Amino acid sequence: MSQPSMSEALRGIVQRDLQLAMRHRSDVAMSIFFVVIVASLFPLGVGPESAVLRMIASGVLWVTALLACLLSLGRLFTADFLDGVLEQMLLIPQPLSILVVGKVFAHWVISGLPVVLLSPLLGLQFGLSGESLWVLTLSLLLGTPTLSMIGAIGAALTLGLRGSGLLVALLVLPLFIPVLIFGAGSVTSSLAGIGSEANLSLLGACFLFSLVFAPWATAVALRIALE
Amino acid sequence: MFQTVALSGSRGERQLFSEISVTVKPGTLLAVVGANGSGKTSFLRMLCGLLSPDKGAILWQGTDIRQLKELYRAQLTYVGHLNGIKDELTPVENLTISACLDGDESSGGAARKALEAVGLGGPVHRLPTRVLSQGQKRRVALARLWLSTRPLWLLDEPFNSLDSAAISFLTQHLQSHLSRGGMVVVATHQEIALPPDSVQHLRLTR
Repeated sequence: MSQPSMSEALRGIVQRDLQLAMRHRSDVAMSIFFVVIVASLFPLGVGPESAVLRMIASGVLWVTALLACLLSLGRLFTADFLDGVLEQMLLIPQPLSILVVGKVFAHWVISGLPVVLLSPLLGLQFGLSGESLWVLTLSLLLGTPTLSMIGAIGAALTLGLRGSGLLVALLVLPLFIPVLIFGAGSVTSSLAGIGSEANLSLLGACFLFSLVFAPWATAVALRIALE
Repeated sequence: MFQTVALSGSRGERQLFSEISVTVKPGTLLAVVGANGSGKTSFLRMLCGLLSPDKGAILWQGTDIRQLKELYRAQLTYVGHLNGIKDELTPVENLTISACLDGDESSGGAARKALEAVGLGGPVHRLPTRVLSQGQKRRVALARLWLSTRPLWLLDEPFNSLDSAAISFLTQHLQSHLSRGGMVVVATHQEIALPPDSVQHLRLTR
């Protein structure tokens, strides 16, 4: 009798989701374009005043990253639910929370990592300095996986419900607030020369807390959704 | 040995079945029959652990499956009403990934062999599953049984959309699984052409 190791199961889940993303390149490209366009509209709308742009930079870029995550949350479990793959996933002889970590990691690679990689470029549009760009990238690197993990709870809770897109937003946006405050705060404090360590540490704590709690909560919600 | 003890289940307010006690011994198949809506799928999902019973217990080798959790799931292969395959992936990709997740042999060669065993040869392997017919998609889902080394198979309407050749492949494969001491529970509307002494029936009524 065979039983997959935890790493094999994780690899299988991540591999499948990344393969699927490669077959739906337009979906991935769309969320990248969304981030680029939204972040680029602000400098055009606010004007070229560099002090104003620097002041709003962290908030705008963080809200853009948050909305990009929200846009892609609908895809996290819905397709698997409709084609029966989720049912099969629940029967894999490994803790479901581990498999959820795999799904969320793949979601982050597809929707969060491009935002992190693009952030220095987007930050330049707002006239951010070298150190602030570095803090922005680091904060997004810590914050976007946290957003994916929190979002997964909402996506699982609303699975199979009518109007689940709006419901996910209502459920998870309040939970995103601490991440948004610490993430945007880290860049703002760097710009003010106060030092961003405190905000980044709190962002790291949010990440660790969600890494422990979110996969478990998502797994429970998925089991309820499939009952 | 696989047993249900006084198993009762409902969907919402409606009682689907009650006090079902049945034993599936190694080398035997339990055919769950009944009209549409009689609770066959719910019964099977309960046996998998996807649904919780209202009352009663499901025992694997004498132990409640709620205690066994992952250990029990490592003993079963479930092919549900939905195929559980991704339309965007090729049949080979679908099978290799699901075999990897199940801990079965997950090489491309093993997947191709399993697909050939269900009558899906050559060029079909490289096509995205979405272009296949319903019957071919069902064959891809059932090809998992050719990779499975688990003793308990739970199959929900496995013969749906299959042509007579595929029904014959599947029946032969069920027979060989039973002859190795395997156990099968099938929800079906069809008669299964297996020796009568290896088949028992459970009729669910509305």
